[in-house]
Amino acid sequence: MDFSLSPEQNEIRELALKFARNEMLPRAQEYDEAGTFPREIFQKAWELGLINTCIPSAFGGSDFSSVDSVIISEALAYGCMGMNTSFMANDLALLPIVIGGSEAQKKTFLTPFTKEFRIASFCLTEPGNGSDAGGIRTQIKDGGDHWLLTGEKMWITNAGYADLFVVYGTIDPTLKHKGISALVVDPKSPGVELGKKEDKMGHRSSDTRAVRFNSVRVPKENMLGNPGDGWGIAMSTLDHSRPLVASSALGGAQRALDLSVQYSKERTQFGVPIAKHQAIQFMIAEMGMKVEAARLLIYKAAWLCDQGIRNTEIASYAKAFASDSCMQITTDAVQIYGGYGYSKEYPVEKLMRDAKLIQIYEGTSQIQRLVMARELLK
Amino acid sequence: MNIFVCVKQVPDTETKITPTGDGSFIETASIKWIMNPYDEFAVEQALLVKQLNPAATVTVLRVGSVKDTEALRTAMAMGADDAALVEAADNLDSYSIAKALKGAIQKTGKSPDLILAGKQAIDDDALQVPQILAQMLNLPSVSVIVGFELSGSALKVRREVEGGALEVYELATPCVLACNKGLNTPRYASLPGIMKAKKKPMAQYSLADVGVSESDRRVKYSQFKLPPEKPPGKKFDATDAGKQRELVSQVVGLLRTEAKII
Repeated sequence: MDFSLSPEQNEIRELALKFARNEMLPRAQEYDEAGTFPREIFQKAWELGLINTCIPSAFGGSDFSSVDSVIISEALAYGCMGMNTSFMANDLALLPIVIGGSEAQKKTFLTPFTKEFRIASFCLTEPGNGSDAGGIRTQIKDGGDHWLLTGEKMWITNAGYADLFVVYGTIDPTLKHKGISALVVDPKSPGVELGKKEDKMGHRSSDTRAVRFNSVRVPKENMLGNPGDGWGIAMSTLDHSRPLVASSALGGAQRALDLSVQYSKERTQFGVPIAKHQAIQFMIAEMGMKVEAARLLIYKAAWLCDQGIRNTEIASYAKAFASDSCMQITTDAVQIYGGYGYSKEYPVEKLMRDAKLIQIYEGTSQIQRLVMARELLK
Repeated sequence: MNIFVCVKQVPDTETKITPTGDGSFIETASIKWIMNPYDEFAVEQALLVKQLNPAATVTVLRVGSVKDTEALRTAMAMGADDAALVEAADNLDSYSIAKALKGAIQKTGKSPDLILAGKQAIDDDALQVPQILAQMLNLPSVSVIVGFELSGSALKVRREVEGGALEVYELATPCVLACNKGLNTPRYASLPGIMKAKKKPMAQYSLADVGVSESDRRVKYSQFKLPPEKPPGKKFDATDAGKQRELVSQVVGLLRTEAKII
């Protein structure tokens, strides 16, 4: 057993961290406050090869392993969890094509993302269907030489800036999971209507909107796999993306830990730095323990993915543990900062707001526990 | 056009420095090494010249321990063509380092047109190697440059002097230039660059290979120790308006006699 990263992985990590420290950290607060979409930073990250890590080299990508991609995601989230949500959304949207697309579809849809900076959105959740993704109502009707797409999607990351959507709909709601199908949709198609940008508690720089599809005509060749293959593709995508989302929580948790260590050595109360008080030490010890445990779970979930071994159970452990830990760690970081921590002039309250979303999106912490129990009890 | 860039590997700026038990050097086991930040400006300048002269080659040179080759790999990932490492202890003196760099340049068989380096290394802050190297190679040299214009073999460089004034020098290549912050914005090593760097050649020499021996050492470090801890600051209670005048003269007196800053 070897826990060390390869020299290349160390270099990738250093580059991503340097980028996070120089380009993301200094702007995170301002972008959060104004809710500015980080387009320039996103593009700069793309130019360095830090985006779209899931694209295979056959289509112009870099053949990154799942472990490589979680290393990058953790580092970028260290800079800003909110910006990283937008960055990761590209992978989340392109993964269904990598997993379920034909060679021709991969060439058509993936290659442009390696040639120029492009943004993608994954459209699964609906106003009435979040955790119960099997209850999708968006309809896909056979229009002869095209598909006709009608329905509404909710909480769609990057929607206002996307060059490509992957949309899940059903060919027949009575078929439940077996009717779900995935379409690649051009956001500029007639009938695509964007909702207003959501005013969120955290991840405020990431663009989140509702998207309505009003009888949108989609070319026949844009369906991934066959009608009814969508559920399998979506679930397999989530097995790949859960370690990635977990690593975003890990990056934020690591940042909260680093800030807490630094601040507790600077802040003096009762004549000594607060780091000398056991009450603070215990919180910091807890943070360190959870960060390390989350990292090991995430690496294992990603490594299983790379080995082609089913990782559903471990990926759920990683996602729930990392996001729950991130919530606890960022909350404690605010506690350590005291009154200053509650002020927007200090960086930790943003981390606490950002942490909350990771317990919710891409399978809530509760859904992850259902997945774990199902795996353990089967 | 043959461009050489001399880089040094230094402890990361956040490193907590601890002298070894016998005081002969610092503990290096747990240090994270980075390329000396001023050397990044030198690498970037070399790559900018190469962009305008596609036939130019950029070779990075380093003298130091072999344990980690971070600085050379980073430079090649940024776009340098090849690298050479002269294996040596990390506490070599400036004269021996300059002599080793000269030897490494000669080993390549290429005659240098431009030699770039950072103006100083942030670990020992000696500010000597580029000038000693220029002297050894009998080349002109300008240090602390913040501006660079090359046309043909004519070079115009700007150099920062105290008070923020600039000196402008015109000189011809070949020459040695020591770069300062503000000269350019160093690029990131991209991920494809990191992958490509793995395949780029890196020559490795011993000090003997490049003609340096222990007798070349001009400076020996006698002891490494941490600076004494700063005494805590003094506080003055100025809430009583009647005593403020007296307090001010007391503070001014201490600034004169104790802090010795006025």
